[in-house]
Amino acid sequence: MQSFVLPYTAVLSARFRMILQYRAAAIAGFVTQIGWGAIRVMAMEAFYRSTSAPQPMHLEDVVTYIWLGQALLGLLPWNPDTEIRNMVRSGTVAYELVRPVNLYTYWFSRSMAFRLAPTFMRSIPLAILALLFFGMQAPASPEALLFWLAATVGAVLLSTALTVILSITLMWTIAGEGVSFLVSPVIYFLAGMVIPLPLFPDWAQRVLDILPFRGICDAPFRLYMGHIPATEAWEVLFHQVIWIVILVAFGAWLLSRATRRLVVQGG
Amino acid sequence: MANPLALYTHYVSISLRSQMQYRVSFLLGTLGQLFSTGVEFIGILALFDRFGSLNQWTLAEVAFFYGIVNVAFAVTDMLSRGFDHVGQLVRSGEFDRMLLRPRSTVLQLIGQEFTLKRLGRFLQGGAVLLWAALYLDIDWSPSVAALTVITVCCGACFFLGLFINIGTVSFWTTETLELMNVLTYGGIEASKYPLAIYRAWFRRFFTMVIPMGCVTYFPVVAILGRSDPLGTSLAFQYLAPLFGLFYFILSLFIWRIGLRHYRSTGS
Amino acid sequence: MPHILVDNIVKTFRIAQRRPGLWGALHGVVRREYRTIKALDRVSFELEPGELVGYIGPNGAGKSTTVKVLSGILVPDSGRCEIDGRIPWRNRISNAANIGVVFGQRTQLWWDLPVIESFDLLRDIYRIENGDYLRARDELAVLMDLEPLYDVPVRQLSLGQRMRCDLAAALLHAPSVLFLDEPTIGLDAVSKLAVRDFIKRLNRDRGVTVVLTTHDMDDIEALCDRVMVIGHGRILSDSTLDDLRTRVTRERRLIIDLLDEGQAIEDPDVTFISRNGNRVHLQFDPDRVPTAALISRITAKYAIKDLFVENPPIEEIISRLYDEHELR
Repeated sequence: MQSFVLPYTAVLSARFRMILQYRAAAIAGFVTQIGWGAIRVMAMEAFYRSTSAPQPMHLEDVVTYIWLGQALLGLLPWNPDTEIRNMVRSGTVAYELVRPVNLYTYWFSRSMAFRLAPTFMRSIPLAILALLFFGMQAPASPEALLFWLAATVGAVLLSTALTVILSITLMWTIAGEGVSFLVSPVIYFLAGMVIPLPLFPDWAQRVLDILPFRGICDAPFRLYMGHIPATEAWEVLFHQVIWIVILVAFGAWLLSRATRRLVVQGG
Repeated sequence: MANPLALYTHYVSISLRSQMQYRVSFLLGTLGQLFSTGVEFIGILALFDRFGSLNQWTLAEVAFFYGIVNVAFAVTDMLSRGFDHVGQLVRSGEFDRMLLRPRSTVLQLIGQEFTLKRLGRFLQGGAVLLWAALYLDIDWSPSVAALTVITVCCGACFFLGLFINIGTVSFWTTETLELMNVLTYGGIEASKYPLAIYRAWFRRFFTMVIPMGCVTYFPVVAILGRSDPLGTSLAFQYLAPLFGLFYFILSLFIWRIGLRHYRSTGS
Repeated sequence: MPHILVDNIVKTFRIAQRRPGLWGALHGVVRREYRTIKALDRVSFELEPGELVGYIGPNGAGKSTTVKVLSGILVPDSGRCEIDGRIPWRNRISNAANIGVVFGQRTQLWWDLPVIESFDLLRDIYRIENGDYLRARDELAVLMDLEPLYDVPVRQLSLGQRMRCDLAAALLHAPSVLFLDEPTIGLDAVSKLAVRDFIKRLNRDRGVTVVLTTHDMDDIEALCDRVMVIGHGRILSDSTLDDLRTRVTRERRLIIDLLDEGQAIEDPDVTFISRNGNRVHLQFDPDRVPTAALISRITAKYAIKDLFVENPPIEEIISRLYDEHELR
């Protein structure tokens, strides 16, 4: 068992070490996230000052939503794995086919590390600061905390599955680069990072409910603050699991297409 | 014998021709830019749909702020990618090559790339600006028209100054570049709403430390013909863009300090 | 006043230390340690106009730091340095207009553009008068047969073609000094010869001073009268190639083609080096045994088809010099 998992854990650990070296990068990212969050919080405060009509979310919830988003920004699948991009550019991606491992699983672990390592460095200190000073609230209840954690695991898998797909598209070189250019702003938007999803018009909610992106930020965040009641938590998790299965299957299929193409064209 | 302007024109024509060799990539890149600024504006529309107004500012007024900052920034963004790459150029030795040439490094860096795909932001910002200008009842006297042009020009200079700062910082460390994004992209994110809606510390920072408000807020208030909720005088609003220009000049001086550091450490 | 003057140049760098492993990486987040290296440690030399010198040494010995100081990229900690009376780091721009630099590993041409467009851009960058530019370009084109390459994008050039174009690019502004960093690296044999031939003519016909750093000792042997060897940031040797040879080792090679393959040569004054079929390589010290005496002794004793005496190859001389200074 150990020898089977080893290559995947090794790539995870190597990635972590590499990213930890960039001390200043971590601090810089941290400050960036706070600055960005502050801007968004202030803008939302101003909007809430403008009206007394009831809104789908209280301002305090919006603030918590924004800070959770800033803390977990790194989880968002907004770009392909940069290492895979470099491999494709330099042509060394062909060596990946020679490794005695399942390529999809290998890339999945690698992309997971790519998402998790920087997030890990930033999220905890940022969340602590936001909780203490910036008006972020604690989880609504122990139950909410539990469901949020479960949904966050789902979000990581969902996000990784999407990252892998973005990385695989790079193997169609120019078109692939274009896919990430076009797709990432849309993912960013539909996940709820531009404005919280509940603030979208009501007609848009039905569409957003179906799409997978809600499961990356919006749904876990709202479980955390109790905006989605614990009774509906299972629906969120179920929605995530379905999309994870679909995206993993699609990714594996896409990768087999891509590698076949690579073999036929000789890289 | 080429003067700096002639040399710059030569650089631009060369850069355009290289980019035209990758037409698909250029088109997708432009579209991607259009998307990523587009979703931001859709976000603003969604918020106005919910809240009706933003502290007495109407959608069209906010759109005008949004348009001005994006057009000015897009101009700089097309010119100054080179400064974003200083860290990379230093590592690859390309920067040494620039020092081997009998020209100023600033000119060579500006000449390094004319990023045509940033046209996406320019077009999107320009369209929003045009719509706002037509929708709003602006008194287009010669002085207001001149102020609009000066604001965009000084805004572009100011942003160029910020980009030069980014390049300067990378002489010391390439890891803190993200931090600089708070100032550039964060500043733009903030400037799409009128500065008056933010808290006092934030307004002061973006007026007195980094004079972004001087090119994105005060003159725009004068163009819109409104009284400033922050209580500044019309004369100040007209003079404010000059601070953007001063900032640019200051950045050039700091660049020289960075260059001196680089040439004594070689790192 | 010499053409190039380097006097007691010192340059130190500070390098961040990294510790191995995950724990080391975490440690580095908190505290970082630095180490100081002396890249140049009181380096001095002078060059006269029209000299062609080889500047050699192992990687990290200080070769490229020297070139960076001379070209005005780096400011040294202390010491004096002038090229045609200009202090490179203080007069970077006017110095840059007077020197040419070629890096074998990197091109200065624009990757996606036809060669001619890079040349045209360099004309504007170096402020070359159009008439001068066309004359220089055409001359270089004839010397290195560049015209067929003018319209080819740089990325499509072979390494040898690219090096020829890069050499021309560095010479369009008619510099009085040319720094060449590994100009023959990775080239095929024919291109190597062409590049060497060009450098030689450039130096001989136009009197351009050439400083050549290389690892290819054939370059040195073919081109340079004078050789400077640097190690640990210090000049270890600065002399003609012949002087360097005699100083490091007096030994000679005796190469014998035997008539009979099975034979072995035994003589108290020679040491055996290698054997390849009929050919035997031996080594001897001419101070201990006169060459003529040794040859007559051996020809008398063995059946010999042919015989000749050679200097040891330059690689060996350099490697001995490194050994003396514990450079490996």
